[in-house]
Amino acid sequence: MDLDLPTEHQLLRDTIRDFMTSEVAPVVDQHERERRFPIEIVRRIGELGWLGIPIPEDEGGAGLDTLAYAVAIEEIGRVWGSLGLIVAAHTSLGCGPLHLVGSAEQKQRYLIPMASGEVIGAYGLTEPGAGSDSGGTRTIARLEEGPNGGTWVIDGGKRFITNAGHAGTYIVTAKTGLRDDGSPEISAFIVPADTPGFSVGRLEEKLGLHASATGELVFSGARIPAANLLGERGDGFRTFLRILDGGRISIGALAVGLAQAALDASIPYARTREQFGRPIGTFQGVAFMIADMATEIEAARQLVWRAAWLKDQGRDYGLAAAQAKLFASEVSSRATNAAIQVHGGYGYVTEYPVERFFRDAKLTEIGEGTSQIQRLVIARRILGLRVV
Amino acid sequence: MRIVVLVKPVPDPASGGERLGANGRLDRAAVPAVVNGNDEYALEAALKLTAAAPEGSEVTLLSMAPASAPETLRKALAMGATRGVHVTDPALAGSCAVSTAKVLAAALKQLEFDLVLAGVDTSDGLGGTVPAAVAAYLGLPFLSYAARIEPDEPAGTVRVRRISPTGYDLLEAPMPALISCTQALGEPRYPTLKGIMAARSKEIATRSLADLELDPSTVGGAVATTQVLATKVPPARGATEVVRGTPDEGATRIVEFLAQRRII
Ligand SMILES: Cc1cc2nc3c(=O)[nH]c(=O)nc-3n(C[C@H](O)[C@H](O)[C@H](O)COP(=O)(O)OP(=O)(O)OC[C@H]3O[C@@H](n4cnc5c(N)ncnc54)[C@H](O)[C@@H]3O)c2cc1C
Ligand SMILES: Cc1cc2nc3c(=O)[nH]c(=O)nc-3n(C[C@H](O)[C@H](O)[C@H](O)COP(=O)(O)OP(=O)(O)OC[C@H]3O[C@@H](n4cnc5c(N)ncnc54)[C@H](O)[C@@H]3O)c2cc1C
Repeated sequence: MDLDLPTEHQLLRDTIRDFMTSEVAPVVDQHERERRFPIEIVRRIGELGWLGIPIPEDEGGAGLDTLAYAVAIEEIGRVWGSLGLIVAAHTSLGCGPLHLVGSAEQKQRYLIPMASGEVIGAYGLTEPGAGSDSGGTRTIARLEEGPNGGTWVIDGGKRFITNAGHAGTYIVTAKTGLRDDGSPEISAFIVPADTPGFSVGRLEEKLGLHASATGELVFSGARIPAANLLGERGDGFRTFLRILDGGRISIGALAVGLAQAALDASIPYARTREQFGRPIGTFQGVAFMIADMATEIEAARQLVWRAAWLKDQGRDYGLAAAQAKLFASEVSSRATNAAIQVHGGYGYVTEYPVERFFRDAKLTEIGEGTSQIQRLVIARRILGLRVV
Repeated sequence: MRIVVLVKPVPDPASGGERLGANGRLDRAAVPAVVNGNDEYALEAALKLTAAAPEGSEVTLLSMAPASAPETLRKALAMGATRGVHVTDPALAGSCAVSTAKVLAAALKQLEFDLVLAGVDTSDGLGGTVPAAVAAYLGLPFLSYAARIEPDEPAGTVRVRRISPTGYDLLEAPMPALISCTQALGEPRYPTLKGIMAARSKEIATRSLADLELDPSTVGGAVATTQVLATKVPPARGATEVVRGTPDEGATRIVEFLAQRRII
């Protein structure tokens, strides 16, 4: 057993850390304050290959493994949660389905530009009435007869979609009919941003992750060629469950990055801030918060790495990914909360970055399956019962 | 264009933990090593020059360093160098600048090149003498403090802008030549992830003194021409004052600060 990161993963981590601290950290505050999507930074990291880390080279990506991807998202999240979410949504949710079930032509046309960083991707699953119950999709797609297999006409809407308005390619799910047992048949589609009848609606005002865009997708008779059906008709639900399994690893990694940022900020603060004539870090009440943060973060990181490793070994990683995401996101909320406590009043004001980490971390308990949904997934696997 | 870049692994200056062992030599285990900062600028210049004329171009890294060096050289390979040559031998421990130059010159004799690029100096030794000494051993033209490098391959010459106290000098020499590089050449690139992947399979050849046909008794610590007698850590810097506010407020505060100390 070797618990050291392989050499190229260390080089990747150092490279990303270096770029994030030298080039990105100085612009974070301004973007967050102005709620501005970091177009220029995204363009640069695209050139460096960060927008297709686990996608094979012949599909436009960097051809690294899931472990490398998790290490990268952690390092990005450690400096900037918004950028971590932008990259995770683009990679796992935007590129992921095309890599998994895309045809050769679809990969050529859509995946290569995305994985090589020229086009941002997004994934539209959630709807106003279909969140945790993502099978409750109301958006419908019907096939209109015509040349070249006809045209899919999509009506409906999506909500809370990361990278909305900035993506060039959207992967979305829609109901394409009913199965014999009466359950909905859900299929996935590739929707280019300039599709007639498709538009981006309102962007959300959020608690955190202010520089990432979260918005509505509106379909009113949006027309896409039959060739843009992604995977088999009716396979959309199965595909997205597999995509979410992988995506959870990246949200877990983002959570670890945010938690680590909170710890990184708290250690020097606890060593230098003095009260009662001594550093506050010499009070057990403070020191033990740091001890707990450090311990939990280490455990969370190991769970994330293990899930990534299982995936890279081609083994079943669904349970491990749900456990990693659940634990890491809750650690992230605890650790960022503790960081504010360590900083006292200074932690509550925007002069120090820890309040941002706290606001950003909360999303990791919600996106790509809430903590409750992760517990359902885990409990069902362990009990073999239909837990509801 | 075939370019050899001289790169030295040095203790990471950002770690702040650089220290000497009891024998006055650097404690290399104390801090992680990185490629000397100036050498990354030299490498960047080499990569730009070869990208401009890719046909038959290659960039070879040459390093004399302890056995752990390949790990450090990976980053330089990931930036885009073609291959590495690593000279290492137990007899080289404690080498002075003269030995270092002798060994690098011997290694260069076994390589084919149009240009050799080096950093102007290192962040650990700071000698700034190795490049000139290597050029002297090989009888190569030596162009120092380069701020711009313009080879003319058909003519077989290279022009260099050398930074001078009053501006710059324009130098020209036949190739092959050795050039010491300043940061004015331009910021080194970040390795791309594809570069990191590609670096895995790039060759780092190891050379011993025997491979270079050098007599071990003529180089290394035993015949060092200089000796470190003592070292002193500079006093810790006082508290830093960060000036915030509008440019006018900032300027006023800085003037006050300097005036209080009778600097202006
Ligand atoms: C910033 C942000 C970015 C997002 N990005 C995307 C994206 O790119 N693409 C996308 O498709 N979606 C995205 N989402 C949507 C996200 O995945 C959903 O918000 C999430 O799945 C929860 O759905 P919901 O908001 O409808 O909450 P609900 O499902 O209504 O949940 C409300 C509460 O009920 C609980 N609950 C629901 N069902 C159960 C149950 N069976 N048992 C126990 N508890 C239950 C939940 O855990 C939660 O506490 C994003 C959301 C946010 C906030
Ligand atoms: C802590 C410490 C202790 C030392 N102790 C002694 C001692 O006891 N006796 C003694 O004689 N000398 C000693 N030295 C000097 C040491 O041997 C020199 O650092 C070394 O010879 C290279 O010189 P430099 O670092 O000054 O290189 P510089 O001349 O500053 O380097 C300029 C450029 O030359 C190239 N270059 C330099 N070294 C190498 C290399 N090894 N491989 C590839 N390229 C290279 C690089 O491109 C570099 O940017 C000591 C140095 C240090 C840091």
